[in-house]
Amino acid sequence: MDEIFGIPMPALMSQLLIGLVNGSFYAVLSLGLAVIFGLLNVINFAHGAFYMVGAFLAWMGMNYLGINYWVMLLASPLIVGVLGFAIERTMLRWLYKVDHIYGLLLTLGITLVVEGVFRAAYGVSGQPYAAPDGLSGAINLGFMMLPTYRAWVVAASLLVCIGTWYTIERTKLGAYLRAGTENPKLVEAFGVNVPVMVTLTYAFGVALAAFAGVLAAPVIQVSPLMGSNLIITVFAVVVIGGMGSIIGSILTGLGLGVIEGMTRVFYPELSATVVFILMAIVLLVRPSGLFGKEN
Amino acid sequence: MSKIALGFIALCGAIALPSVIYPVLLMKVMCFALFACSFNLLIGFTGLLSFGHAALFGASGYLAGYTSRELGIPIEGSIVLGVLTSSVLGFLMAGLAIRRKGIYFTMITLALAQMIYFVFLQAPFTGGEDGMQGIPRGKLFGVIDLSDDLVMYYVVLIIFALAFAFIARIVHSPFGHILRTVKENEPRAISLGYDADRYKLVAFVLSAALTGLAGATKAFVLGFETLVDVHWQMSGLVVLMTLVGGVGTLTGPIVGAIIILILENKLGEIGEFLAKLTRIEWLGALGESVTIVTGLTFIVCVLLFRRGVVGELNAFILNWRRSSTASSARKDVNAVQEPS
Repeated sequence: MDEIFGIPMPALMSQLLIGLVNGSFYAVLSLGLAVIFGLLNVINFAHGAFYMVGAFLAWMGMNYLGINYWVMLLASPLIVGVLGFAIERTMLRWLYKVDHIYGLLLTLGITLVVEGVFRAAYGVSGQPYAAPDGLSGAINLGFMMLPTYRAWVVAASLLVCIGTWYTIERTKLGAYLRAGTENPKLVEAFGVNVPVMVTLTYAFGVALAAFAGVLAAPVIQVSPLMGSNLIITVFAVVVIGGMGSIIGSILTGLGLGVIEGMTRVFYPELSATVVFILMAIVLLVRPSGLFGKEN
Repeated sequence: MSKIALGFIALCGAIALPSVIYPVLLMKVMCFALFACSFNLLIGFTGLLSFGHAALFGASGYLAGYTSRELGIPIEGSIVLGVLTSSVLGFLMAGLAIRRKGIYFTMITLALAQMIYFVFLQAPFTGGEDGMQGIPRGKLFGVIDLSDDLVMYYVVLIIFALAFAFIARIVHSPFGHILRTVKENEPRAISLGYDADRYKLVAFVLSAALTGLAGATKAFVLGFETLVDVHWQMSGLVVLMTLVGGVGTLTGPIVGAIIILILENKLGEIGEFLAKLTRIEWLGALGESVTIVTGLTFIVCVLLFRRGVVGELNAFILNWRRSSTASSARKDVNAVQEPS
């Protein structure tokens, strides 16, 4: 069992792990997109930008203030959450009455501004960010070396995803949220402050993106363009999975990450496009997405 | 009648303009104006926001450049091949994307365009990151030498005028009215017996073909083609041009293209001027931050200015006419009442 289809086992395993890591980012990001879309009917183009800001905050915290990874893992989503809070209050809120595309265009504008600012300050090259001391090694599993940090990324993402799923599907707060998605007017009539709920949902969604960004910082180089390249792939993930169910987003994200990783092993030329090809196939076979409902 | 007169004046102006302004810049403006007008055919008159138009624009440019440079096909043939390429790509893209509605449609076009971008990034004939250089203009119909910018300008002007007339014809045709019905109320259009998806598909392919015309022409005007034209930010830029000018107006995208291109090309000078005027030094660095300014324009337009320049102007004229007829009507009423 040293080789599978002529590919050495350790190489296969490490690509599988990279696939899982990428899949974790897809899962967390598409989850945030789905939560925001559910309540606000806005496709948050700025999700990639907030992911990038999350990673940069971690890097800045380390470089300028000497704040370690674990503190930034909490602080960075909080800061981005506050930013999201302000954006929803001052801008997004005025667009709920008009066509949904304006929400997309507004967040596209925000993306360009945020990316432009970071590009002006840091250029397009990546900034290295070291993994925290406790997670920098690797564990020998016998058949492969498991880099501790990558394993942590997958575990932490899964934990956050499952926590979000539990909150939305099993708690009272989540019940309000689901009801608000179905019929905001009725929920408001029952005395729930829907506008505040909407603001907090947006803040939470973008905080998730920032969390993914901090997780990603030690794995990939921190660069101003890391978000916009990723977000389009995440859009494809969302189209494939459908935004109907949370578990669906998580499974689709992880699954596509793994498929992408495997493609890199067996047919590298297709690794950049495989997600989009799968999207085309899913649209032909099941237009509403794997886990989506009609309409 | 006044519209035809206005069009005639605009055409005369366009014929005289290259004596004042550098013709290559004017040609670039016309190519982007045509691009924005074709894009507007979808968002303004069919209600579909495509975020994949850059891929169609760039694909046509690359193909026209390749057939002209490597295969020696004359310019008119290369442009036709470019248009065909973008039409076929548009057909495939729309065929997949119209399976979902609204915002999903947009995401699918964006994702498919990203796929095309990666293909062009990896394909050997595009020259990758370096782009495709030295696309020859050659001779039109084997007779007219296009290496002179002024000659090329008039050819591009004819292409632009014909394409614009074609778009205007589509918009005012019965077909165009059905497209607007689909935009305003799709279930109603379907219940009236129109196959909405088919109309969307045809509109998309028409828009893709005209986008391809703009892309191929632009490749010959500038003589090179780069990945910038295929990248999603170019799709964003054409959305912005249309939005600034006025979504759903015929001339709006032209105005928008002019404004955005001036902003992009002259931002450095505008910044220096503002810095001198206001004595705020960082305004001088405006030229290096095109992305930020583009983003801010987006935000301002979406929040405060959704009708765009031409849309606001139309609304103002309509309002003014209405109030003037209303006041004259009031005078009439007074005139009748006075004798008693």
